[in-house]
Amino acid sequence: MSAPPFVLSPENVARAEAIVAKYPDGRQASAVMPLLDIAQRQGGGWLTQAAMDYVADYLKMPPIRVYEVASFYTMFNLKPVGRHHVQVCTNLPCWLRGSDVVAETCRRALGIGFGETTDDGQFTLSEVECLGACVNAPMIQIGDDYYEDLDSVTTRAVLSVLKQGGKPKVGSQMGRRSCEPKGGLTSLRETAPMAGKK
Amino acid sequence: MPKLTVNGREIEVPAGHTVLQACEASGVEIPRFCYHERLSIAGNCRMCLVHQEKAPKPIASCAMPAADGMVIRTDTPEIHKARQGVMELLLINHPLDCPICDQAGECDLQDQAMGYGFDRGRYRENRRAVKDKDWGPLIKTVMTRCIHCTRCIRFATEIAGVPELGATGRGENMEVGMYVEKALNSELSGNLIDLCPVGALTSAPYAFASRSWELRTTESVDVLDAVGSNIRIDSRGPTVLRVLPRLNEDVNEEWISDKTRFACDGLRSRRLDQPWVRRSGSLEPATWPEAFAAVAGRLKSAKPDRVAAIAGDLACAESMVALKTLLAKLGSPHLDCRQDGAKLDPICRAGYLFNTTIAGIEQADACLLIGTNPRREAPIVNARLRKRSLMGGFTVGLIGEAADLTYRVEHLGPGPEKLKAIAAGKHPFSKTLAKAKAPMLVIGQGALARPDGGAVLALAREIAESCGLIKPESKWNGFNVLHTAASRTGGLDLGFVPGPKGRDTAAIVAGAGQGAIEVLFLLGADEIDTGRLGSAFVVYIGHHGDKGATRADVILPGAAYTEKDATYVNTEGRVQRTRRAVFPPGEAREDWAIVRALAESCGVQLPFDRLADVRAQLAAANPVFATLDTVLPAPWGAFGTPGEVAAAPFRSPIRDFYRTDAISRASPTMDECAAAFSGSPPGLTGTHG
Repeated sequence: MSAPPFVLSPENVARAEAIVAKYPDGRQASAVMPLLDIAQRQGGGWLTQAAMDYVADYLKMPPIRVYEVASFYTMFNLKPVGRHHVQVCTNLPCWLRGSDVVAETCRRALGIGFGETTDDGQFTLSEVECLGACVNAPMIQIGDDYYEDLDSVTTRAVLSVLKQGGKPKVGSQMGRRSCEPKGGLTSLRETAPMAGKK
Repeated sequence: MPKLTVNGREIEVPAGHTVLQACEASGVEIPRFCYHERLSIAGNCRMCLVHQEKAPKPIASCAMPAADGMVIRTDTPEIHKARQGVMELLLINHPLDCPICDQAGECDLQDQAMGYGFDRGRYRENRRAVKDKDWGPLIKTVMTRCIHCTRCIRFATEIAGVPELGATGRGENMEVGMYVEKALNSELSGNLIDLCPVGALTSAPYAFASRSWELRTTESVDVLDAVGSNIRIDSRGPTVLRVLPRLNEDVNEEWISDKTRFACDGLRSRRLDQPWVRRSGSLEPATWPEAFAAVAGRLKSAKPDRVAAIAGDLACAESMVALKTLLAKLGSPHLDCRQDGAKLDPICRAGYLFNTTIAGIEQADACLLIGTNPRREAPIVNARLRKRSLMGGFTVGLIGEAADLTYRVEHLGPGPEKLKAIAAGKHPFSKTLAKAKAPMLVIGQGALARPDGGAVLALAREIAESCGLIKPESKWNGFNVLHTAASRTGGLDLGFVPGPKGRDTAAIVAGAGQGAIEVLFLLGADEIDTGRLGSAFVVYIGHHGDKGATRADVILPGAAYTEKDATYVNTEGRVQRTRRAVFPPGEAREDWAIVRALAESCGVQLPFDRLADVRAQLAAANPVFATLDTVLPAPWGAFGTPGEVAAAPFRSPIRDFYRTDAISRASPTMDECAAAFSGSPPGLTGTHG
């Protein structure tokens, strides 16, 4: 397993220094997760062994301690991923609200199964555990963005915009604002009393 | 000191003890897998559940500090059921392959399953299988058996100081390993096998060799380094199958080095099992009388001061005192037990002992290492130094080859100049030593086995005296010599050194080359330059066909340390005895008896007929031999020969940890280790090539 050498770019080194500075002297290993994230972003969405070794060396910790962290968290990818990493939540709330349809739509639209990458290297499809957006289930995460309230039509729309190099609208795809009720507010509709006024 | 009640019995334990330790103290056995006295607490196997009054659910006793007024019950039906539940979970993914598992019979999981196991499985889902890892030639892994106790990870990180093991992945996909495929590079790695409570890590050389209940156990001590680790020798029939550590808090705690553990297969190959006599240039098999006659014939024509003897690194005190007595009777002063030429002499016992003692390292607060690499020369001593280092407040300086000793070491310089500077008080480290409450220094054979070794020793003594390493008022002696040979301290104790006008090793070898020494006895001495012995008549008494035997004119086959009741003195000056586990092969005999019989055939009567007589002779030579398993403090005195020291840097005498003596060089396992870890090609002597 010989990966190409890895070095953080100067701007990322500045970021790393700022993060390490948050921790007391000798506790720099605490910064391992943010640093791995920086390294993953620089490395095109995944961590090579060289990148993990670099982080270990940077934080003066044994490489195995970094491998442990990186392999424990599913947000760290230890294999190459496409430009768009499509992560479909299939946990209970999403499943109840139709994540099977969303997953199947993704499979058909991209022509790949879970854990696979399209031949052009644009998309990787993954099945993930709860991403904490159950209120607008079902949902998928692509890159850093959440796309919620999906069905087969909106899922296909989001993916096709990405395929064409565009930027789909982030958040609920059925037009709801944030996580408000679908048909508008049902409570707290009156004007809030002004703070400090009797 | 918290006072608590365990099963209705009140008990007081030291503060900081856990509930599990309190239970043990009151005589209640708690089942456990992950907990180990010498490792940090993990609390992840959950087998040690106990009931604590007013607690909502069972507590993991290993991770719960004992507190005042706790009421603990370990024998309730709920606790039994809870432990059964834990056991059932552990067994879900554990294969039922005890019939083909080397751990069977000495397996914690097997034993505890007898108490808490369910007689059938209720789990109908998929079981996981884990790919086996390649951890090198010593450890065989069957990772599906792993129950994730993480003892191996904690041992590697904490005790061995090689943080290479870890748990990668999560949940059902968690695996213990190194993530990167490589061999575990530690000279203490064999201890992982003992720590593993299941059959995930087993001994690779011992794989499928025997069942634990077929073995006969003999308690003994190790002689492959000068630590004198306490071991148990497991044998079946005439064969030593494995070596395991034995608990001795003062010496090796419960660890042994990989050489101690795995070199035992060297006892089965290249053995000398019958006498040999060189006739017209080549060695031919002979009988004992023929061999003795050959020696006696040659001795008769040699003048007494043309006879010499060198004792090797594995020689026991009994054989050395017998050979010394023989040489004295013959009238030769030429004998030496320092085959590496170390400038140590028996004038002052404190001058060649590890006076602080190995356990005493834990009291020290500053240490100067001189010309030594304890990790290679005595891994058990190095583990103690690391243990002390992890406690904090321990400064270690090193003069000699820079090396990774697994703890923080300040490299002061490569050679004697820095030593002179420290002795003269001109180096910051002399202040560090002087300021310390319990400073120590360790001087290795790399600093002593050189022409100016006597001057280096004198410098070390100067440092010991000027920096306050000797504190008679607190009975602290911080001056330590780290030996590499098991025989050395014993040899010096009984005076196996040149008599008046006698030659030392170098002079004996040179004399043999020039013809001044006609008959040379090698008592297992293989590490001398046998090519320079000229036309001397060499009598080799030993157990392996190594360098010395190759050069010999007469070979008298002796017994290895597993085959005799013999006395060894470790580097601390602790007198310990090996026990015979198996008989010497073929016609080989115990070494002292060989010397005794040889003397008789030369017309010399030695004053002992039985082992007890030899031991009386030993005690007469030095009263320490009448003691056993203790360290007598040695009085401080003058030693070393002040003089000029050369500028040459110190060099550790051990270049290849896995091949240091006749036994480890004959061991195929050690060969593999040397190839895997030391980077040297296998097979340098014997039948190779």
